[in-house]
Amino acid sequence: MDFDQRLHNVTIIGAAGKMGSGISLLLAAEMAKAKNRPENKGSSYRLNLIDIKDEAMDGLWNYMQAQLTKIGEKSTVFLRDMYKNRENLVENFDIIPQFVSDALSVIRMGTDLNMAKNSKVIFEAVLENKDLKVDLLKKLDSLCPDDTLYLTNTSSIPINVLNDEANLGGRIIGFHFYNPPVVQRLAELISCDKTTSELKEFSNELAKRLRKVIVPANDIAGFIGNGHFLRDGLYAISEAKRLAGDFTLAGGIYVMDKVSRDLLVRPMGIFQLIDYVGVDVYQCISETVDSYIEGEDLKDDLLQKMVDKKVLGGQMADGSQKDGFLKYEKGRPAGVYDLDKSEYKMFDPDGWSGEVDRKLGEYPDGFYPWRKLLIDLKKNDKLSGFFNNLKSTDTLGAKLALAYLKNSKEIGQKLVDSKVANSAEDVNAVLLNGFYHLYGPINNYI
Amino acid sequence: MKRPKKKVYATCGFNTISLGTGRREFHPKKPRPGLEYYIQEAGKGVIAQMNDPENIDEGVIGNFMAARFNKQGNLAALIPTIHPSLEFKPHTRVEGACGSGGLALLTSVKSIASELSDVVLTIGVEVQNTYKAIYGADILGGAGHYLSQRKNGHAYFFPGQFSDRAGACYDKFGYEHMRKGMACWYKQAVENARRNPKAQEYHNTAEDLFALGMTPPNPKVFVDHLNVYDCSKVSDGASALLFCSEEGLKKIGIDKKDAIEVVGFGIAVADVTKLPEDLTIMDTTKKAVEKAYNMSGLGPQDIGVLELHDCFTIGGILALEATGFCKYGEASGFVQDGKTNFNSEISTNSTGGLIGFGHYTGGTGVRQAADCVHQLTEKAGNCQVKLNPDKPYALMISMGGNDRTVTAMIFRRAE
Repeated sequence: MDFDQRLHNVTIIGAAGKMGSGISLLLAAEMAKAKNRPENKGSSYRLNLIDIKDEAMDGLWNYMQAQLTKIGEKSTVFLRDMYKNRENLVENFDIIPQFVSDALSVIRMGTDLNMAKNSKVIFEAVLENKDLKVDLLKKLDSLCPDDTLYLTNTSSIPINVLNDEANLGGRIIGFHFYNPPVVQRLAELISCDKTTSELKEFSNELAKRLRKVIVPANDIAGFIGNGHFLRDGLYAISEAKRLAGDFTLAGGIYVMDKVSRDLLVRPMGIFQLIDYVGVDVYQCISETVDSYIEGEDLKDDLLQKMVDKKVLGGQMADGSQKDGFLKYEKGRPAGVYDLDKSEYKMFDPDGWSGEVDRKLGEYPDGFYPWRKLLIDLKKNDKLSGFFNNLKSTDTLGAKLALAYLKNSKEIGQKLVDSKVANSAEDVNAVLLNGFYHLYGPINNYI
Repeated sequence: MKRPKKKVYATCGFNTISLGTGRREFHPKKPRPGLEYYIQEAGKGVIAQMNDPENIDEGVIGNFMAARFNKQGNLAALIPTIHPSLEFKPHTRVEGACGSGGLALLTSVKSIASELSDVVLTIGVEVQNTYKAIYGADILGGAGHYLSQRKNGHAYFFPGQFSDRAGACYDKFGYEHMRKGMACWYKQAVENARRNPKAQEYHNTAEDLFALGMTPPNPKVFVDHLNVYDCSKVSDGASALLFCSEEGLKKIGIDKKDAIEVVGFGIAVADVTKLPEDLTIMDTTKKAVEKAYNMSGLGPQDIGVLELHDCFTIGGILALEATGFCKYGEASGFVQDGKTNFNSEISTNSTGGLIGFGHYTGGTGVRQAADCVHQLTEKAGNCQVKLNPDKPYALMISMGGNDRTVTAMIFRRAE
């Protein structure tokens, strides 16, 4: 069965979730395009979006409509060509809504798993819980045709485990999108030993059509993306605890978030990123990966304490951040959680946080925030200059940043040495395309 | 057109800020002032410089597409919102796409020259940030011929039209050569805008403007032969000034030294259902400028202040040839040599031009005339160019569509 035939009927499970809705969106747009190719004229396309709650589906419909409009607005050049034979579609005002309508018309939504029964391709994007995933995959396999392909968005569970426990005979692959799937360019593809060649080819072709940068990762828990993110975050937590003596734990978290954002020139600080992903999700990843990797402690009690207090981070429906380790005002960190007092300690430039900033010291010459360098044509030169200055700066901030950079590089190198990644380039590609970093962790800056 | 028997003066120029991306106070998701606000701000800015607004005999407003951008027609009837004394006076709205401002100037000049009025309040306005650029492109596309051109046109219709012009120039004069000139034009536009607190690019802090200007065009995300820096941005704003007879100046209490005189003008309108014959030439602009030169007996050697309609860098460059400052094919080199820079051979678009100042389409022609008032009466502040007594004239071009509706006007300081 070729790629296009498989695309006629696709199901997404967990479609109302953060990842599921993004994947649904990409697929709906792709299917609308396929439907409009002359060779596919008259054939039907179905995208079944399944989740557990009806209320969530209402939100999903609105989300799809709004986001498809955005996709249409960004790909109008392509769409004008696609609709070139439709005489009545003249202006962008005519063309974009037609595309949205074409994409929405392939969608069927519901809470009944039976909707998936004719699907030849199924994306699984439910909670990161092995037993839940295995149970679901088994149910689907009994419902769907024998040759249906399963693409799991797991970011930490080995694919072999899912394949064996659900008895899928190699009809499963890790197709790991990054959050949010529409924005992040990366698709991390993870085959297990038994993954069929048809499924590998299908996944490669799909990633290409979705214009994703494909990075293969080997089937070791956490893979490349979370392999780095998990260890990077745990390092920051251990540093925050070490700094707690001088700064209190909340102060240590403030310091490590600031250093990792500013002095490492990243899009957000490490604790903001953990919040963005969700403290509970991060903790779940940590537990999962820890259970499969021997000889390394990949857990931290601070995460459980946060989860116990129900301080979980995550995102609102509009993508803005919920409070977690940090409190957010207008999209920016404005306070940090104090576990002892169970409340947020607001930043105070004239008080405690100003004092901490002074202890961290002035930023070295050549500092530019991430957002500025993102569009700078000479960003590599500027990063190189800045990191050189960082090395010769004798402030607490510079020392913490250097140690952080070194640790991040070691994590990257370890992913290569332990054969999670095939090369340093692959590690760097994941951080550049899945995390929006400006440089890979394995670099010559340090 | 014949040279008017009566002298026509312009004075009391005023521009609002050109609001849009690039300005720090602009946020696409926050509420912004609407059409009336800009018309009123510009009108009041003029009135503040004269004595009694009761002396205004009539109003003319240039606007392109408020009917679509703001779902508002009958713009002439917004003029009385500026001041109670304007109620029940004769007001007219004129339209000629992005050249609407030029038509507003010309209409006002006609009124003075015909002795029907002594003082005309001339306004130009456009508020375009009501739609995202991809839809704004449709609305602005109305400057071309809808039936024969829009369906096969680019998603960004006008950038597509001028991209074709740039592509034709690349073929004829070389890609590198043309792109360098266009990048220098962009650099100059932003540098000039940085001296002008009302300009859209006033807050631009990019370091290497030339490198940005040299960004290779990417047809996958935009048009074939232009990058985004080659294009003027989406702008909200308005401009206004007064056209007066000699008696009119006296009536409003303005000294001649604070006014400029219209010494020549020309208008040329080409068939909008047709595309330009030679994409490397702006022949309608050339015709309009020739008429203005003929009426005034002047030529490029007499011009010290130049205001060109650079909706796109390539448009600015081709206009240099159409106005006779360069021979055919030489404008890119002329710009690269810095000859259009601030206080160089011919100071061009010294307040930023459409790319640097901004381009509130239907208002731009009026903005250019207001800037000519400021320059020639030495009230241009940080943007003031050093006036050369041997070249005391200012020339401005207002263009609608793809070189379709063009007004040229030449001024000098009144004496």
